[in-house]
Order: sequence, then C-alpha cells, then structure tokens
Amino acid sequence: MRVGLFVTCLVDQLRPSTGVAAVKLLRRLGVDVVFPETQGCCGQPALNTGDPELARKAARAQFRAFEDCDWIVTPSGSCTGMMRHHTPELFRDAPEAANAAHLAARTLEVSEFLEQVLRVKALPGRFDARVTWHGSCHGRRVARVGDSAERMLASIAGVQLVPLPRAEDCCGFGGSFAATFPELSAAMGATKCAHVDGTEAELLTGNDTGCLLHMESLFLKTGRKTQVRHWLEIAEEASRERAPC
Amino acid sequence: MLTPEGDFDARSRAALATPALGRAVRGTVDRLRNLRAIAEADADLTRQRRAAATEARTRAIDKLPELLERFTRNCEARGGVVHRAPDAASATAIATSLLRKSGARRVVKGKSMVTEEIELNAALEGAGIEVTETDLGEWIIQLAGEKPSHIILPAIHKTRHDIRALFEKEGGTPLDASTTTLCAHARRRLRERFLAADAGISGANFAVAETGSIALFTNEGNGRLVTSLPRLHLVFLGMERLVENFADLAAMAEVLPRAATGQDLTSYFSIITGPRHRGELDGPEALHVIILDNGRSRLLEDVAFRPVLRCIRCAACLNVCPVYAEIGGHAYGGTYPGPIGAVLTPVLRPEEHAARELADASSLCAACSEACPVGIPLDELLILQRARNATLRPKRALRLALRIALSGLMGDKAHGTSRRLRFVAKVLGAGTPQRRALAKVLPMLARSEAVRALPVIPPQSFRELWKALQAGENTRAR
Repeated sequence: MRVGLFVTCLVDQLRPSTGVAAVKLLRRLGVDVVFPETQGCCGQPALNTGDPELARKAARAQFRAFEDCDWIVTPSGSCTGMMRHHTPELFRDAPEAANAAHLAARTLEVSEFLEQVLRVKALPGRFDARVTWHGSCHGRRVARVGDSAERMLASIAGVQLVPLPRAEDCCGFGGSFAATFPELSAAMGATKCAHVDGTEAELLTGNDTGCLLHMESLFLKTGRKTQVRHWLEIAEEASRERAPC
Repeated sequence: MLTPEGDFDARSRAALATPALGRAVRGTVDRLRNLRAIAEADADLTRQRRAAATEARTRAIDKLPELLERFTRNCEARGGVVHRAPDAASATAIATSLLRKSGARRVVKGKSMVTEEIELNAALEGAGIEVTETDLGEWIIQLAGEKPSHIILPAIHKTRHDIRALFEKEGGTPLDASTTTLCAHARRRLRERFLAADAGISGANFAVAETGSIALFTNEGNGRLVTSLPRLHLVFLGMERLVENFADLAAMAEVLPRAATGQDLTSYFSIITGPRHRGELDGPEALHVIILDNGRSRLLEDVAFRPVLRCIRCAACLNVCPVYAEIGGHAYGGTYPGPIGAVLTPVLRPEEHAARELADASSLCAACSEACPVGIPLDELLILQRARNATLRPKRALRLALRIALSGLMGDKAHGTSRRLRFVAKVLGAGTPQRRALAKVLPMLARSEAVRALPVIPPQSFRELWKALQAGENTRAR
C-alpha cells in the first residue's frame, strides 16, 4: 500500500511541523508514507478567486504527482473538499474526468485514513490537556469528513475534549476572504475567540491550518494564552515513546 | 445603484464600527437558530419536508410560463386583475395609476420585499399618496427612513431604545422601552391608519396557479387588515413565487415557517382568492395582482443560476451566516442581504460593478447552502459568480499574486517556486523594515496587521524537512 502525503501549501510554508507530525504518526502506526515531491496546490485558492482554469491546471499537476499512490492523505479538511468535491466538478464532461474521479476516490483526510483504512480505534500514548475542537467548514460541509478527527483525538488518553459552542460557525478565515476583508474576518474570529474562551480550554485544535493560523493570529494579537495546534501534532506528541522511569 | 454608496468593504467596516449593531444582530439570529434547531430536530422528517418543497419549487420554475398563464386565468376568473411589470418603473407606474383612478390617498402596506426592490414607497409618496407600513419592523424602518436589514426581521439591527426614540418622535408622547408599551403604541397608531386607509398593498409568499389564489404567512395580524379592510387591494408578486397547486402550497407551509422563525406554522396563514364576492361580508371591492419580472426572466434563462428562483425568502441563510451576523443587512447595499443577497444581487443587476462584487462578501463556509430548505447551492453559485466577475474586470493584485505563486507550485517547478516564495516571505517577514515599508504602500497589508499578528515564517519548509525525514532523522520542525 503506497500512501502519499499531500502536505498542503499552508503546512508546507507556514506550519511544516504539522506535516512532520503526520509522517511520524503514520510511521509509528506502520505506514510507510511518501511525499511525492512534484505535488503542488489543490487549486482551491484559484477556484475561490474566480480562476477555474488555474484550478484545473493545479489539479492536473496533482493527478501526475499522486499517480502511483493507493491513498492520498492530507492534514486539511478544506483541501480534501477541493480534491474530493470541486475537482471532479471542474472536470465534469472533460477528457480528464476519470483522472479527477480517481484522485477524489483516493483522497482522505488523515483521520479518515486512520479510521477507514487502518481501522484505528484508539491512538496510542497520552496527552494531558483540556482541548476544544474547531473543524473547518469545508471539511464539514464540502469534504463531509464527519467526526473522525474528533473521535481520534478523544481516543488519546488524557485528552479532555470540551465541545465548542457554535462549532459549526466559520472562524472568519476563508482564504482570500481574510486578505480581502481583514476587519470583517477578524470580527468573525473574535466571535469564535469568545466561544473558545467560554470552554476554558488551554488548547484549540482542528484539522485545517488556515483556520488555526487565523485563530492563533487573533489570540496573539489580543494577548490570549490559549495555545493553537493541529490535532496531528497532539496525536504525534502523545505517541512518542517515553523513557521508562 | 446600491445604497449607501461605496463598496461592500467600506459598508461592512462602517457596520463593524457600530458594536451595538453586531450585538443586536448576533443576539437575534442566535435565538432564531435555536428555534429552528428545535423545529427541525427530526432530521429524517426535515429531509423529507425539504425534498418535497424543493421538488415543488423546481417543478414550478421549470414550467413557470405555463403556471403564470394558469394563475392569471384563474385569478381573473375569480374577479381579480393581473398585471405584468417587466421592471421596477413599470410596476410602480401600474400601482400609482390604479391608486389614482380609485381616488386612493392613504395606503396601508403589509410586509413585502418586492415593493422594497422596486422602491414603491418613494414612488407613491412622490405621487402624493400617503403610505404607512403596518408590519411592526417595517414601520420602525419607515420611521427611521431606512431600508430593511433582514428579509423577515427588517429592524433586526435596532435596539428597543432606538425604537422607543423613534416612537416618541412619531407620537409626540414619552414612552418606556418595554415591549408591552412599544407594541401598544404601534397598535394604537396603526389601527387609526387601517381604519382611514383607501387601499391596502401586500406582497405574497406564494401564488397558487390552479386556483388563482395568493398565500400569506404572517405573525402580527396586520396582513389580514391590509388585505381585507380597505376597498382596494394591490398584491405585488415576484414572478417566480408560484406553486402549481394546493398540495405544493402545503409543502411550502411545512418548510417556510420552520426555516424562517422556527415555528411549526405562522400565527396567520391567509389564502386570498379574488376580491369580495357577492354575499361575502369582508374583503376589498377590487383586487389587482402586479407580477414583477425585474431581471427574473434573465435568471430563468441562466441554467446555472436558475435554482436561485426557488428561493422562498425564509432568510434561514441569513440567520446562519457568520458574515451577516457581524454586519447586518445594510452593508450588502441591496434589497436582499445575506448569502441570498450576495447571490441574487449580482445576477439581478449584472451591469453594476458594486452589485457583482457582492459575490466576494462570503467566506464560502457553505452554512447557507446547508440551511436552505429548497436546496439552493448558494456557496457554489458564489464561486461561479466570482469566475464570471473575473472575466469582466482587470486582474487584481491578489489574484495576480496567487496566479504567479500557484502556477509555480506544481509539478517539477514546485521546489524552485517554494524556495523563491520562502525567500520573499523571509525578506518580508513580520517586523522587518522591508515589511514596514511595504505596509505603507499596500494598505491591505497594514489593515491586516492592525487586526492580527501575522505568522512567523518557520526556518524551513516541509519540502526541505522531508529530506531529513526520509533519511530517518529525528527532525524537529519548530
């Protein structure tokens, strides 16, 4: 079984630790994950800013990069949604429709891969923290990832997962939206921050680096102490072998 | 023109500068969401109801010309008169002429988004006709000289203290800000207007083709007074709001109140078929239905956007929209705010740049599409509109930068591009003098930095770290 990591642009450039965590966790679970080096962007920023042609171009590069992988795993619900839902739509009635369908059928958010392919019931190790979860809107509504990442997270000993009120509301990131309307994006984030405060969680986690970087930037700006980490970093840290005392 | 002037960016920032507005809107939509969650708690039943409503609306839109003809025939057979208005000007002209001919000087109105769309009140007032809005929220907005900021709760952005001030000014007597006092004041003042009115103007939630009836879902009772007390009743109907028969109307009754206000049914559900007939005690002497096109025919021809015509104006998409919750409706600038406004305004007014740009007024979270009881894929239509807009306007800096970055980040070029991107990112990293200089010439960067701490660029990208990972080294990323 050849498993290719699609690391995503944001993780690659701004939070590589999440990609490293994905590789290490998967290796500890017995998966020899590869990183196809010609991979690029899923094309979502292009599609969302009105450039479907560029999105198609990006998708074609992905078809080639992941050609020989049985599974494509990614730490982002949003990119999963792009590759699983929008990419086949972009190539509907096009010669590459089969490539798009093939890409979509093999793409899984990491937690989905753990549950559906590896049949993991509980993740190893321990991580003591009060944690709340913000799943991305695209993961929820476009990729329809469901609760697999929350289940995986909650399966780690010591993790106290506190439900976030209005968890289904957008945090205000929205890719280019955050750059186009910074104040509005921050105001939406401030509403989300207030909900996070209410949970008294010490750590906010989720499955999209875009949302998490956005929330972290607001926490830092407002002097909040809440930590922000991708759930894979928590899972990886928990799974590290500890020296016996 | 969209009002007030300016673009969505400027209007939304103005709204954010009024924190009481966001508090009022967030509080009210939150209550509505909780009520809807209870009304739609049975997921299977909700799915069935939505499927039935979607099927009925889709079928109606697919055979709209035929249904319009049947509605006209059946309505006129029951004594009504049907007029077709291709645009706003002709719709207001028809109304003004009908009111003048009947000698009507004072008009009471029920809630109607179509009359907002054609700016009927201004036209009637210009013709010397006195208009009173009788829906509580609409009356508040009329007294304030504003436009509705929500499709079903026009005064959602007003606090009770705002309302007290408006009512005190209108009535000339001091009032307290309790709900009881404010409602009693409105009831007393509006009752005088009902009794003195020569004509009533209402909208229509639906028109039923098989009987020529119009259906109204209301909660305050003013709708019944408007449509039955004055001697003349004018109905404004959006061209797309037809259902084929009563079974379809029942399907609408199952979803509209639940999606809108979380009610199993509204307090009043009126079905009006023609004016007062011989032997009947109530009702107007004459009933006219003015059917408005105003861009809807163009939508009917536009296969991709046609599903928008299914919209039943329940406003569920507004209530779940995290953008709307922060800024309310006025920031959208058009008649229809929120996600449906962001989709509808650009297609109804494609020639206006400011209208088209509303497609950007969304984080594309898709909560709207999930909430829509008639299955309109609002987020996907926003993406489609953005693609159409992109073909019409010069490349903006953001899109150009994306194009350069993404084109490079694929295939064999990916490594080189990644390296160059990181070089640029490092040079322009948070706190560097180059960044400060750039922020001076790029206002968007300065605006971003004012509200958020920009991310620190890590020393190595994942691509670079992968080499070490491959070699099995225990690399720490940060």
